[in-house]
Amino acid sequence: MKKEGEVRISSGCAICGIFCKDGRRITGDAIKRSISVMHNRSNGLGGGFAAYGIYPQYKDFFALHIFYDSLSSREETERFLDRRFDIINLSKIPIRQTPRISDAPLVWRYFVTPLPHMLADSQLDEDEYTSRAMIRINNSIQGAYVVSCGKDMGVFKAVGYPEDVADFYRIDEYEGYSWTAHGRYPTNTPGWWAGSHPFSLLDLTVVHNGEISSYDANRRAVEMYGYSCNLLTDTEVITYILDYLTRKQGLGLKECAEVMAAPFWSTIAAKDEEERRRLSYLRKMFSAFLVTGPFSIIVGYSGGMMALNDRLKLRSLVAAQKGDTVYFSSEEAAIRVIEPAPDRVWKPRGGEAVIVSLERRGI
Amino acid sequence: MRKEIVDGEVRLSGCLGERYIGCGMKKGVLHVEGTPGNALACYLDGGEVFVDGNTQDAVADTMNAGLLAVRGSAGDALAYGMRGGRVYILGDVGYRAGVHMKAYEDERSVLVVGGRTGSFLGEYLAGGLIIVLGLGCEGGDITGYFCGNGMYAGTIYLRTGKAPVNLSDKLILRHVDEAEKAAVLRPVVEDFASTFSLDAKLCLSGDFIAIEADKSKTYSQLYAAV
Amino acid sequence: MRARYRIRKDEECISCFKCAKECSFGAIGVVDGRLVFHHDKCVDCQRCVSSCPTGAVFISEDMNRFRANSVFKEDDIREIGLQASTGGVLLSSMGARDGQVPVYFDKLLLNASQVTNPSIDPLREPMETAVFLGQRPERVERGVDGRLVDNLPPHLELSTPVMFSAMSYGAISLNVHKALALAAQELGTYWNTGEGGLHESLYPYVRNTIVQVASGRFGVHETYLNSAAAIEIKIGQGAKPGIGGHLTGKKIVGDVSRTRMVPEGMDAISPAPHHDIYSIEDLAQLVMSLKEVTGYRKPVIVKVAAVHNIAPIASGIARSGADMISIDGYRGGTGAAPKRIRDNVGIPIELAIAVVDQRLREERIRDRVGIIASGSIRSSADVVKAIALGADAVSIGTAALCALGCHICASCHTGRCAWGLATQDPELTKRLDPDEGARRLVNLVNAWTKEIKEMMGGMGINSIEALRGNRRALRGVDLNVKELEILGIGYAGE
Repeated sequence: MKKEGEVRISSGCAICGIFCKDGRRITGDAIKRSISVMHNRSNGLGGGFAAYGIYPQYKDFFALHIFYDSLSSREETERFLDRRFDIINLSKIPIRQTPRISDAPLVWRYFVTPLPHMLADSQLDEDEYTSRAMIRINNSIQGAYVVSCGKDMGVFKAVGYPEDVADFYRIDEYEGYSWTAHGRYPTNTPGWWAGSHPFSLLDLTVVHNGEISSYDANRRAVEMYGYSCNLLTDTEVITYILDYLTRKQGLGLKECAEVMAAPFWSTIAAKDEEERRRLSYLRKMFSAFLVTGPFSIIVGYSGGMMALNDRLKLRSLVAAQKGDTVYFSSEEAAIRVIEPAPDRVWKPRGGEAVIVSLERRGI
Repeated sequence: MRKEIVDGEVRLSGCLGERYIGCGMKKGVLHVEGTPGNALACYLDGGEVFVDGNTQDAVADTMNAGLLAVRGSAGDALAYGMRGGRVYILGDVGYRAGVHMKAYEDERSVLVVGGRTGSFLGEYLAGGLIIVLGLGCEGGDITGYFCGNGMYAGTIYLRTGKAPVNLSDKLILRHVDEAEKAAVLRPVVEDFASTFSLDAKLCLSGDFIAIEADKSKTYSQLYAAV
Repeated sequence: MRARYRIRKDEECISCFKCAKECSFGAIGVVDGRLVFHHDKCVDCQRCVSSCPTGAVFISEDMNRFRANSVFKEDDIREIGLQASTGGVLLSSMGARDGQVPVYFDKLLLNASQVTNPSIDPLREPMETAVFLGQRPERVERGVDGRLVDNLPPHLELSTPVMFSAMSYGAISLNVHKALALAAQELGTYWNTGEGGLHESLYPYVRNTIVQVASGRFGVHETYLNSAAAIEIKIGQGAKPGIGGHLTGKKIVGDVSRTRMVPEGMDAISPAPHHDIYSIEDLAQLVMSLKEVTGYRKPVIVKVAAVHNIAPIASGIARSGADMISIDGYRGGTGAAPKRIRDNVGIPIELAIAVVDQRLREERIRDRVGIIASGSIRSSADVVKAIALGADAVSIGTAALCALGCHICASCHTGRCAWGLATQDPELTKRLDPDEGARRLVNLVNAWTKEIKEMMGGMGINSIEALRGNRRALRGVDLNVKELEILGIGYAGE
């Protein structure tokens, strides 16, 4: 069977997210309980979590989560890293063996910072320097795969049901202010750990439910700007579009949503003059990044979270708030299980981004 | 989830996302508390289902007969292809409610929404009755975009004086007079109000508009046979 | 010369002589109250057949055939004979008809949604076909208040991705131009003057007109350039890449002569190249001078024929300051072209779109220009396939003429078009009522647009930009590995 990247695999899914606006750090237990309510929406061929604020003692360093197929791929990768980064700390990521998760690769974690002279020679900022190095590992070192590489965050993913993946990675032992989760229902895959979600680049993580119809138009557009869509998944292309629009074009997330889930021209025409010009500009300027077909996504990043539906709202997405905590999920029950009495429950409209940010930075 | 039987009626409590509750139920009464999962009351065939809480997606899918009453909201694709019976939702409903509901001779599907609806309400409506009361949203938009697109029979009644935004030119919009209100809306709305202990007068107060297909604009005009 | 076609009538004929009146080629005459057929003059334009009230006229290929030879076909022998007797270059019109070169559109199949994502019903849900054509700057700009600044150069806005191709006044009649202008205005798209200038009566259609600047510079002046929404520099066309042209003196009459500023009755010559463009930097100079004279308010299109190295040519054009590249494929039509050129020079439009789109992406400049494809777009399916391969929009010439009555008899160069299209004979041009013609063009494009929406909806795509370059929407059949590679698509079943 072909794995992700060799063939395009479509999949349905469950997603959820929890965000503490006050910066309060909660353990991974809540997100695990939330996603497990939607067990039926996955089929055991992929699950994962993204967490923010989990490495406060190393918050100034890039946290690398890396899968290795073999000792030799680890050695080769570490040699590669050594030449480019100062490795502050490295360790195996602690796991709890469970019979429901098998064929695990070696899972390692590094805290690194670019070597100053190498960074200076590259004439890049440290984000670009690091992202290029990670993409190179994924593309050129056989058997090594960088799962996440942002600061004070990490992605934990595997082949299995998400609740089992949570146990495997002992995510109840981490504390973060922001969590997202994904349960996957691919139509066909041999089960490749790197093919599970969330997908991430630097501190940006995306969990996604749906199958987009604009895939190849979006892929070929974003690949023009130096990205390489190796996994052929929607999540990967959506992540790269967001990275391009935010980091390279300087758009805000609301503007990204207005590009990717742009309002219909008829809706734009009904807006006031200034808004009409602004929305028309974004649609014309970035027409290649309009994403069509069903999707709901939850985007995690340092200090914030965004939930977004396609403009026709072809996938379900529920939001809720209780005090300073905001919840998103494919199903309301997955919120109710951890917060039985929210102050507010609502369903964002198609194309309407819900963006939440830290109100004061937690420790 | 707990199940008990009281006076011959089944009571489920503590629901959290369990799917297919009340699926195809032919008779009897089922009380549901909590947040039941997708496809609640699908193919419901004569029984009565009462929900105290919000429901999720694909509720009352292809329902044939009976009553579903939700003291809360419903998600997307409510009452898809419904054939008969009554669906009463006290709160709001998501996108694509009442798509392709039907009616034939004595069988008629009825959907009443107390709050407001998402876009594409009653798309492809083939028969039956949809009533949106917009309680608490007076003066505001209660149906989102593309209301009734592609409907070819049946009627959508909205308790508002305002036409929905971007209504298709294949639809006819008219104001509902008192006679029609009394004859068509009152019996249904009174039943809805009594189900949730609401004031029926309040539910019937104010302007109603009706949306129906313009029978002179059929889709066959689109085609040129080769 | 032996006749190629035979004209017949049967017993249904009521001797109304309508066919004789309609035949502009002198193939049907009336002598002594009787129809007389001059078979050798018949071009099979079907005008007589279409106008016969009783359906009594028949045109067929002459049953007499040359002895079959697998190398020297009938046409070869016939043309050798013609050249031996005249010493002339073979002249023809319309597009290539050689059956040897595949029509790749016919080997491409479209996708549709099943289960994993929903198809969309365009009759009930919004389906967007509006296309914006023009340059995009590399980066967004913001004002001091952080608001986005609109730094987009002027764009063309099309309600549907179909425009009308360049066909010159002179090659076709003023009535055809008028029908095209009226239709473009009603449809919210563009028509193109071609290289023969713009009749003053059509200046009011400025918002829907593209004016052409070609090597002959016919009718090019400041007012002309500013009477358009965009300006197209014509370098070449698919039917006759690399050569100029001449419009037969028979068509240089009256207002054609005045509009082109050339003498009546004399052939009007279009030089092969622009003599101010001998290299790519010269093109940039012409692009910029046209922008100067129009105050940078009009986008500039550069039209080229699809030739072997079309990808680097397109790349050069994209970097010349042009806003759009119009590529005309091998099968594109013409009012007159040497037959050998028409049938043997250039490459099919499908391959040209694929390589240009890919090349511009590799150079990261695809977003900088719009791509307009033309050269035998026959149906809405061809439009969808062209866009999925990478075009932004297409333009139609032959199909537009067919909507106005043309039956592709390829006799435009004679100036005797019986349908009143490719002629300046006042008795013939009045056969086309511009309003009726416009109505037919509007119907055609509207019908195609509905079909485009159905095909997009089937794929779950509800906006045309999500189709552009979406090559996974396509699979090939009956293509070899190299063809698939150039088209950038998989084989059906892959």
